[in-house]
Amino acid sequence: MDKKAFSAHVDMEDFIPATDKEKEYMVSMRPSTTFFKDGIKRLKKNKVAVVSFFVILIITLSAIFVPMFWPYSYDQMLGMMPGQPVDNSFLNLTPFKYGKSELSRIEAGEHIVPHIFGTDSQGRDYFIRVVYGTRISLAVGFFASIIVLIIGLTVGSVSGYAGGKTDLIIMRIVDMIYSLPDMLMVILLASVLKLVLENALEGTVLSKIGSNIISLFVVFGLLYWVSMARLIRGQILSLKEQEYVLAARAAGAGGKWVIFKHLIPNCFSVIIISTALQIPSAIFTESYLSFLGLGVNAPMPSLGSLASDALNGLTSYPYRLVIPAIVISLIVLSLNLFGDGLRDAFDPKLNS
Amino acid sequence: MNTKTLMYIVKRLILAILTIWLVITVTFFVMHAVPGGPFVGEKAVTESVRKAMEAKYGLDKPLFEQYLTYLSEVVTKLDFGPSLKQRGRNVLDIIADGMKTSAMIGIIAAIIALVIGVILGSVAALRRNRIIDRVIMVITTAFVSMPSFIMGTLLLTVFAVRLNLLPANGASKNGLILPIITLSLYPMAYITRLTRSSMLDVLGQDYIRTARAKGVSRAKIIFGHALKNSLIPVITYFGPMLAYIVTGSLVVEQIFAVPGIGRAFVNSITGRDYPLVMGTTIVLAVLIVVMNLVGDILYKIVDPRITLE
Repeated sequence: MDKKAFSAHVDMEDFIPATDKEKEYMVSMRPSTTFFKDGIKRLKKNKVAVVSFFVILIITLSAIFVPMFWPYSYDQMLGMMPGQPVDNSFLNLTPFKYGKSELSRIEAGEHIVPHIFGTDSQGRDYFIRVVYGTRISLAVGFFASIIVLIIGLTVGSVSGYAGGKTDLIIMRIVDMIYSLPDMLMVILLASVLKLVLENALEGTVLSKIGSNIISLFVVFGLLYWVSMARLIRGQILSLKEQEYVLAARAAGAGGKWVIFKHLIPNCFSVIIISTALQIPSAIFTESYLSFLGLGVNAPMPSLGSLASDALNGLTSYPYRLVIPAIVISLIVLSLNLFGDGLRDAFDPKLNS
Repeated sequence: MNTKTLMYIVKRLILAILTIWLVITVTFFVMHAVPGGPFVGEKAVTESVRKAMEAKYGLDKPLFEQYLTYLSEVVTKLDFGPSLKQRGRNVLDIIADGMKTSAMIGIIAAIIALVIGVILGSVAALRRNRIIDRVIMVITTAFVSMPSFIMGTLLLTVFAVRLNLLPANGASKNGLILPIITLSLYPMAYITRLTRSSMLDVLGQDYIRTARAKGVSRAKIIFGHALKNSLIPVITYFGPMLAYIVTGSLVVEQIFAVPGIGRAFVNSITGRDYPLVMGTTIVLAVLIVVMNLVGDILYKIVDPRITLE
């Protein structure tokens, strides 16, 4: 058919109904994907986040499982045998050195697990103390974030959903707590709570955890929920104007239903991301307080208290400071990078 | 300045005053909830002596009355009462004494952080994705994720213990160099990252392209257009930076034995010197709240496009 370049002539062949074969060619089958799967896919592409995730995973797993089979425990003074004088050869061992009684046992052909990082001034295996300290620091970070999440989520969603006077009052309280200098208040509260709780806890199950860690949790519950509450309130405020909320209300749904079934699931990504980013900040705070002597109760180690104890023997044993320092930095760094990766992958607003 | 800005400033002022009141109140009642009075740890004193001492410091009156007296003394006369442990010294004198050293360290650290941070951040942004940018980003990421006490002790190990270049004790002038460096590294790294990202943002703006199209020289674009605008977000970091330096100084002064307000605070907590604890908390808190206020208001005035609630 003769056809000119700019003619409006229509090629009728283009309008012949497609055969089934042609139709099949046009259908590109792509498995249906959910928001969550999509996010995971994006997260996997982010190399930094994946590496950080594995670093966290390895540190967490070894913090949980290594103490279970390691032959030494964090509070066992190796030089102290019941009924015998203290064996001083166990104190302040440098890495991979053994105490006197251990040397004689090695000569007798026994296999002895080496003290990878040596021992401390009281003859305790330093490697297991670092591992145990990591466990404590991680646990504190995790539970503190959960506490912050629960309080922040409750207050934020109630405040955002209720609106009006309730919202106004709650937000003014939040504003005030938010502008408090947090670290000063944390130190003050931790130092006082430590003394108050010490007596109150005596004899209960909680005394095992130690008054200091509990006061740390209380402090977190009192001060750190405000940014989470603000964030969630903001989310809820914008979400509750959406049509599907209106539809749910029209269908007769109550406040509880709307909050739990519609609003909270929709700000899920924000919640996860900010909780993930809360953990390193909690670990930071715990190590800071431990360093000032307001952290975990001795003999329990945490990374901060190990670093603080190492200050005394700094000239002779600098590695005792360097090791926990590296572990803290590694945990905080990889949690932060992973949190950033989560935000990039799951925050729908950044997709555009 | 329009009325809206004015309203905002008034609102922020009221909030700041409320916050300071809250700090005073919380500090007062928290400190008085401590079991065992300040004289418990001392050598055994008879009941009558203890009573006399409590009467001298006004500790025998009802708690609420003590609170009102304290509040009015602090607000009207800046009087935090006498120290319980350092006989014959007023809390205000101790604070003023420590403040001299601490303020000097803090201000120098802030200036260093600001100058070097802005320079490094601009360099990183202008050399985006080149080696120097990568190096700067890696180093600053490491600094940001390192707690100040670790930074301080590492510097102490390397420069004072191993290399023996600088004194480990902060009592002398030279001894203040390490604490200053320790305090400045984190805010410096933060400002570097902040400047880099805002500079990159500004460089992508239309007005930069227009300037370039008009044939404006590169130096003029960088210093006249880009830098000025990319510094606006740095202003917001003003308050948080000061808060960091104040809290950081608590441990840094402990590590390097600097006779500053941070060490006085930590020592007063362990020594249960109530008036000193309350005094330092309130002074430091007021400092942080005021600096946050100044930072926010400055931000609002510099960039009127920003709408703050």
